[in-house]
Amino acid sequence: MSNQAFLSGGELPFCKGCGHTGIAQNTEKALQKMGMNPLDVIMVTDIGCHGIVDKNFLTHTFHGLHGRSVALASGLSAALNNPDKKVIVFVGDGGATIGINHIISAAHLGFNLTVVVHNNMLFGMTGGQPSEFTPQGFKTPTLPDGSHKNSFDICSVISSIEGTYVRRVTGIGDFSDALAETFAVKGFSLVEVMEMCPSYGVKSNPGMKLKTVVEASGLQTEVFADTDGRVFQPNKKEQTASLLNPKYEVTAKFSHNLSNKVKIMMAGSAGEGVQGAADMLAQAGMTAGLNVTKKGSYPVTVGVGFSAAEVILSPEEILYNGLYIPDVLIITSQDGLDYSKPAAKKMTTGTIFIDASLEAPETGAKVIKVPFREKVGARNSALASIFYYTKKYQSFEFEALKSVFATSKLSAKIDINIFLDL
Amino acid sequence: MIDNNTTKKVFVDASRLITEACVQAGADVFIGYPITPANLLYSYAVARYPEMMAAPDEITTLQWMSGFAAAGKIPVTATSFPGYALMIESIGMAHMMELPMVIILVQRLGPATGTATCGAQGDINVIHGSLSGGYQLPTLCASNYDDCWTLAGKAVHLAAELRSPVVLLTSKEMIMTLRSYDWSQLPNIEKIKLNNETKASVYKPYAPQANLVPEYLPYTQNKHQVRITASTHNQAGILQNLAPEALENSARLQEKMLKNLDTFTYYDYDKQEGAETLLLSMDVSSQATREAAEELRKQGKKVSVLIAKTLFPIPQVYLEIAEKYKKVVVVEENFDGQYRKLLFGYAGRKGVSGINGIGKMISPNEIMEGVNNE
Repeated sequence: MSNQAFLSGGELPFCKGCGHTGIAQNTEKALQKMGMNPLDVIMVTDIGCHGIVDKNFLTHTFHGLHGRSVALASGLSAALNNPDKKVIVFVGDGGATIGINHIISAAHLGFNLTVVVHNNMLFGMTGGQPSEFTPQGFKTPTLPDGSHKNSFDICSVISSIEGTYVRRVTGIGDFSDALAETFAVKGFSLVEVMEMCPSYGVKSNPGMKLKTVVEASGLQTEVFADTDGRVFQPNKKEQTASLLNPKYEVTAKFSHNLSNKVKIMMAGSAGEGVQGAADMLAQAGMTAGLNVTKKGSYPVTVGVGFSAAEVILSPEEILYNGLYIPDVLIITSQDGLDYSKPAAKKMTTGTIFIDASLEAPETGAKVIKVPFREKVGARNSALASIFYYTKKYQSFEFEALKSVFATSKLSAKIDINIFLDL
Repeated sequence: MIDNNTTKKVFVDASRLITEACVQAGADVFIGYPITPANLLYSYAVARYPEMMAAPDEITTLQWMSGFAAAGKIPVTATSFPGYALMIESIGMAHMMELPMVIILVQRLGPATGTATCGAQGDINVIHGSLSGGYQLPTLCASNYDDCWTLAGKAVHLAAELRSPVVLLTSKEMIMTLRSYDWSQLPNIEKIKLNNETKASVYKPYAPQANLVPEYLPYTQNKHQVRITASTHNQAGILQNLAPEALENSARLQEKMLKNLDTFTYYDYDKQEGAETLLLSMDVSSQATREAAEELRKQGKKVSVLIAKTLFPIPQVYLEIAEKYKKVVVVEENFDGQYRKLLFGYAGRKGVSGINGIGKMISPNEIMEGVNNE
């Protein structure tokens, strides 16, 4: 027990008879019982009447958005990663309604903090609208006939999550022991404090007592789950390796024959190696001293539909990395043909290499049919096409491509000779 | 034919450069929620950041980042429009709280979910209008790989220096394209650390220093009380209604950006003597614009080029440069020229036109045609 003040001496900013006053005072008492230093406590407050109390607290204070306070506190708690610091979140039943996902997530991940739900069963700051916590039969100014549904039982929901400490108390009199026990938990804890809003709850439900409402709602004031001990562990690394690893550096050891840039579009199907083959073609160009770019294009689906890539090989620096109109179009599947028809139509010169099984698209380019799929199978058709292209076009030494292939993982699975006989 | 030995060429995407630059600059943690086309940044973050957290949604992402930022850490995230839209309220919160962080926004084709795998430059207005009240988020935008390195590092520094969320605006084809790139000349990036002590006897979290940025102190220390709030507040961080000190504090949020804007005004101005036409662009369209300018000059046409790298607050110098030209052609990959309208208003200016488009990159040919048809 310490005598350190956690609240400044001034009056608390609540209506007469408001339960929020009791929560603030009991919080101070609980923290005194725990012997906490005020500046080792961070009070995180939500939007709502309860949230304006932070100016009275002598702790650190953190006042954010409606419903997001638990997420804000979660980030803070994870960053502090310090069992000597206490993060306490004040949130109302309105904030707990809009931010229930954050409470569930914080409980699930085990962030070291305590959520104090100020449940006065309605939105007090905005005129007494119902929340998900408004119990059956309870009236509010905008719900004059009373709620037709049971209140949301946050304690049951959160206590179903492993490793949490959850309890409900009635916010009357001295409940500082219950708060202190909750605050002392290492990991995620939540205490729901039942109260009645004097401005809207009491006036809309004349003569109704808090205890009666709580009992009639079937809300138990008890400890729901007491499984202290599962605390969030940060995913921290002492040392991580630079992403600028020299192993990615490419040495130019072959020669090329280009005096102008060549723009190549490869169009095939997902799962048939288009992106990998395009990467390999570009890397081979680099080993021949060319500047290269490779841009991928595909639908959001991962394993189906078209897969296209645009590769530029250039003796000069490349600025614009699009193709506009390709010089070379390689089509290895029907998906690729469907995708690349507009590009083929724009071509008035250049060459299209298309799988022999496909119908030639409308184009002004020269069309060469090659049995990629028949010779090497669908999965290797894109790879076959870059070998075919390189051999045919001689943009750079064929050895450059063979060398890049030999150092790739694919070389262990695929015999390079299947690509050389096309 | 063979490379000079001093160069170190790699086949690399810009996401790698951005991630490395952020970490070297002092970013402590990456908080991510997956979204195309920002996922490479997420993947690299797992390998490189000192700490990585997988958030359950984008609102949580920004809230967690704010929690980290208040505890002395500089957080970074990467997202695209749908995620950014969810973050906006929280970005406003972090801006009002004056918390340092970097949000990398990778543009893709909208509206709405649009086409996740297609690039775009359609979020310029969204960034400009993210904050209620006409306040501006410092927004940097890389025009090539060199910038991706430099400006990513600067974004982290700026977040700490200004105590503010900083947006690094980019787009799919800028950060996902693989390129041959010589990384031997990358400048060193200094690591920045947030302050964790003060000489003040009574610390006021929102008392401005000479540069209008308040001194930062984290919740990790227990010598001084720290009050951080998103509601209108005085210098002590106490909620106020319309007290003059509190309104002054709110106004200061924009004044601090403008006062320090010179320290983060980045642009390339490639001026050609005698040119009457200025091409103005940003992000991935910069490369097409530069290429178009080269070609136009080969054809004997005189053009100057202005590449905007600090998008917001808009540096006055862009308007001063534009003023010198009879014709200004603004190149941006969106429906009807968002940055052009921000620069010149809806009334426009005689001689100002735009080259715009959706669903594909704007090519140098389109720009050349646009200039030649003027």
